[in-house]
Amino acid sequence: MSGVFINLAYLLASVLFILGLKGLTHPRTAVRGNLLGAIGMLIAVAVTLLDQRILDFSMILVGLVIGAAIGAVMAVRVQMTSMPQMVALLNGFGGAGSLLVAGAELMTGAEQSATSAAALPLQVTLIAAAASGLIGAVTFWGSLVAFGKLEGFLKDIRLTGQQAFNAILAVIVLALSGWLIYDPTTLWVYWAIVGVSSVLGLSLVFPIGGADMPVVIALLNSYSGLAAASTGFVLGNNALIITGSLVGASGIILTNIMCKAMNRSLINVLFGVWVPSDSAGSADDVYAGKVKAASAEELGMLLETARRVVIVPGYGMAVAQAQHAVRDLVNLLEQRGADVEFAIHPVAGRMPGHMNVLLAEADIPYDKLKEMDEINPSFEQTDVAIVIGANDVVNPVARTNPSSPIAGMPILNVDKARSIVVIKRSLSPGFAGIPNPLFAADNTLMMFSDAKKGAMDLVTALKEA
Amino acid sequence: MELFVFALTVFVLAIFVGFEIITKVPPTLHTPLMSGSNAISGITLLGAVIAAGAQHTLLTTILGLLAIIVATINVVGGFLVTNRMLGMFRRKD
Repeated sequence: MSGVFINLAYLLASVLFILGLKGLTHPRTAVRGNLLGAIGMLIAVAVTLLDQRILDFSMILVGLVIGAAIGAVMAVRVQMTSMPQMVALLNGFGGAGSLLVAGAELMTGAEQSATSAAALPLQVTLIAAAASGLIGAVTFWGSLVAFGKLEGFLKDIRLTGQQAFNAILAVIVLALSGWLIYDPTTLWVYWAIVGVSSVLGLSLVFPIGGADMPVVIALLNSYSGLAAASTGFVLGNNALIITGSLVGASGIILTNIMCKAMNRSLINVLFGVWVPSDSAGSADDVYAGKVKAASAEELGMLLETARRVVIVPGYGMAVAQAQHAVRDLVNLLEQRGADVEFAIHPVAGRMPGHMNVLLAEADIPYDKLKEMDEINPSFEQTDVAIVIGANDVVNPVARTNPSSPIAGMPILNVDKARSIVVIKRSLSPGFAGIPNPLFAADNTLMMFSDAKKGAMDLVTALKEA
Repeated sequence: MELFVFALTVFVLAIFVGFEIITKVPPTLHTPLMSGSNAISGITLLGAVIAAGAQHTLLTTILGLLAIIVATINVVGGFLVTNRMLGMFRRKD
């Protein structure tokens, strides 16, 4: 089969990927978009099987069957609450795939790739291979650490001198890359690059805390694309270059959105040390004597007369698997004539769009899910705002106290609602480590409960009210 | 060198296309966007298939096999889980 035909098929596949991503710009067209992407991938793989360099199909078949089985089981069994973990793992596999392919291509040798349709200069191949090894290994190990943290079996580890250590590792990788390019016969250097980059990947992600996971996952998503693109340069394959760049761009955009939503720079997330400041006052000063707890019955009476209710979900809702109970509450409120909407902060949950997926799983229509900028002006006309398992994203000190660690972070202006109900297990601080004056406000009632039980108790109380 | 410039051109233009399209994806679909882009970044499967089938050395075959496994997990897992999530969004229309 001629190289021209294969490359035309790759062009078709790339067009289908672009159309597929375009489909994701609206929930109505998104399923079809995903299908177009899958068809593109099928075409790309099918024509690759016609490549003359393939002499034996047995290993290919074995790999495809094993990979497809694992992937299908993961996709079918994963819970929506665990989607950040799943995406973290997939990011890691993408990085690993790219570094393995780049390694195999180097081992196959330049003399063979020179006979392929699109041979790039040897130096370009080597630079790209070094980049694949670096980015692929950082992505793989970084993603595994992110997975472990999301699953809760890895803790944040910060060592003094960590940044100097990372800088040294980066310099070693650069030096090894220079060596590989200078003397392409020393192929073991590629694996040394992979080894040192693996340590770098671990060391980069270990210190990053749970609240910053949305940024880390988005960034590793971008890296997995860039690794594929650089492997595309190693192979001289446009399909990999195009697709890798699309994914790289996607991850960068999401990373940027997440950073803005936390009012932090990417550098600050990656290398900065999060210092909880005491300028926000101690928890006792903020809470003593001012926090009012309410029973489900009292809250039921409050909700009974509400005309407009806004629900603010946070990570606590995901942990408690409360989305279905929340849906029941929404249905009941709507039956009673109330207007109910959801206010979604961009960094609510552990990855971009996490809350939206959970609420969609519970059959809540996506047009009820409002972005921060859209819903913020409406809190003043809101009778009751119900905060479920969220903390820092509704902390008014971000607006009022310029010396607070979260100063300037865009927040949901829940404090402007007429009444506020906060369902939370305790007064423990969020990731910012500061008390939240919202919980002590005159118009706030606390319901100390697990998110799921709290929502169910409200449903019961509202039915009886 | 001409081929390199050509590949670089493709790379840069694709990044621009990516930025243009993906800034239009609404926040509601950001999680499916990530899992869907995971799926298409499994495109390294193309290189993996050739490495595993070319019978160059035992080492390259093993590397290719491992690469096929992880890339196929990405492709199959990514597309299936994205489809599952997007189905949840579509039901309410």
